[in-house]
Amino acid sequence: MNRATLNTWVGLFVLLGFLAFLMLAFKVGNLSLGGGSGSYDLVAHFDNIGQLKERAPVRSAGVLVGRVRSVSFDARHYNAEVHLSVDAQYHFPRDSSASILTSGILGEQYVGLDAGGDDKMLKNGDEIKLVQGAMVLERLIGQFLFNKAQDGGNDKSSNAKGAP
Amino acid sequence: MMGSLVRGLQNIGDSALRIIERIGAVVLFLGQILGHSAPSFRRFSLVIREMYYAGVQSLIIILVSGLFVGMVLGLQGFETLQSYGSSESVGVLVALSLMRELGPVVSALLFASRAGSAMTAEIGLMKATEQLSAMEMMAVNPLARVVAPRFWGGVFSLPLLAVLFGAMGIIGGFLVTVVMLGVDSGAFWSQMQAAVDFRHDVVNGMIKSLVFGVAVSAIATFEGFEAPPTAEGVSGATTRTVVSSSLAILALDLLLTAFMMKGWN
Repeated sequence: MNRATLNTWVGLFVLLGFLAFLMLAFKVGNLSLGGGSGSYDLVAHFDNIGQLKERAPVRSAGVLVGRVRSVSFDARHYNAEVHLSVDAQYHFPRDSSASILTSGILGEQYVGLDAGGDDKMLKNGDEIKLVQGAMVLERLIGQFLFNKAQDGGNDKSSNAKGAP
Repeated sequence: MMGSLVRGLQNIGDSALRIIERIGAVVLFLGQILGHSAPSFRRFSLVIREMYYAGVQSLIIILVSGLFVGMVLGLQGFETLQSYGSSESVGVLVALSLMRELGPVVSALLFASRAGSAMTAEIGLMKATEQLSAMEMMAVNPLARVVAPRFWGGVFSLPLLAVLFGAMGIIGGFLVTVVMLGVDSGAFWSQMQAAVDFRHDVVNGMIKSLVFGVAVSAIATFEGFEAPPTAEGVSGATTRTVVSSSLAILALDLLLTAFMMKGWN
């Protein structure tokens, strides 16, 4: 086999590999050029983050606007400190609220941002003051049972009063 | 009784030491190859030639197996996910398993048995027919002229093959789930794009296949270069290449996955 055909085949091989890489990067991996030029950080303190993980989505009105950059325990306030990195093209008012929500029943947890009405916008490093932590199933069930038991007790006491 | 126990212990220790010695020898050989690599970059046509034999000639088997693996993943994933009512996520399953594990690992295993064994046999036979000694007589270093181009050809080829394997697998999964089983095509792609991260999944897969490429090529050239110069020796070396590079791929995969899951810190 002479060198020209060899070079052609190897060139084709490298080109194919490169095309496959581009396909994986853009069609599968959703890498975007330029558009996602930068992001800014916001901090939020939650009393409970549930199953929230790093790189979980940050959504506003259901649209992906950023990702959770880090989750750590704040030893001074005994709660969870969550850093959100929000796409630089989106700005939120200062009185926006953050809550930890779940997509679907068994879905992943994400941070939902609800815009407020303030004129001033949140800047890099600002803290979101209005927060709503994750719903923990055990607590919900516990609350439900507690309420149920309280209702039952009230019923009984009212019955007892009404009976004589 | 005591004597046979001690002898058994000695056998275990002996084989363990021999395995460790072998690993050490491969690593030293890798260092030697790196030291003698400069000529193969000065005459890059040598590497291109080896890329043809190691890479281009493995294309068909890699592409076809990638397609089949993707199709099987699509079928299996669809079956299981359907019972949870989330068959749309099958694209995520196919893409993540291909990007993170199956693409790099299966293509490296195929590469070891398709190209690695050929590398060993070729170098071993060159040694058995005293071509390597002839080169030395002409003051041509066989490490620089024969071994290093084959090594670099393998190292450059495997990541490309792994990427092609992954792309073909996703096409195979798409064909089975979207075209045949009727999963919504928009959901297939959009859920995949939401779940697959470029740096954490695609780039890490590439790093894995690069490491596997170095390991397989180093083992293959080492076994060929150190093969006893007989017909038996060459055949034994070829078998050892496939066995030990497969083991090395799987062990390195465990290590790399553990590091990547921890995020390198």
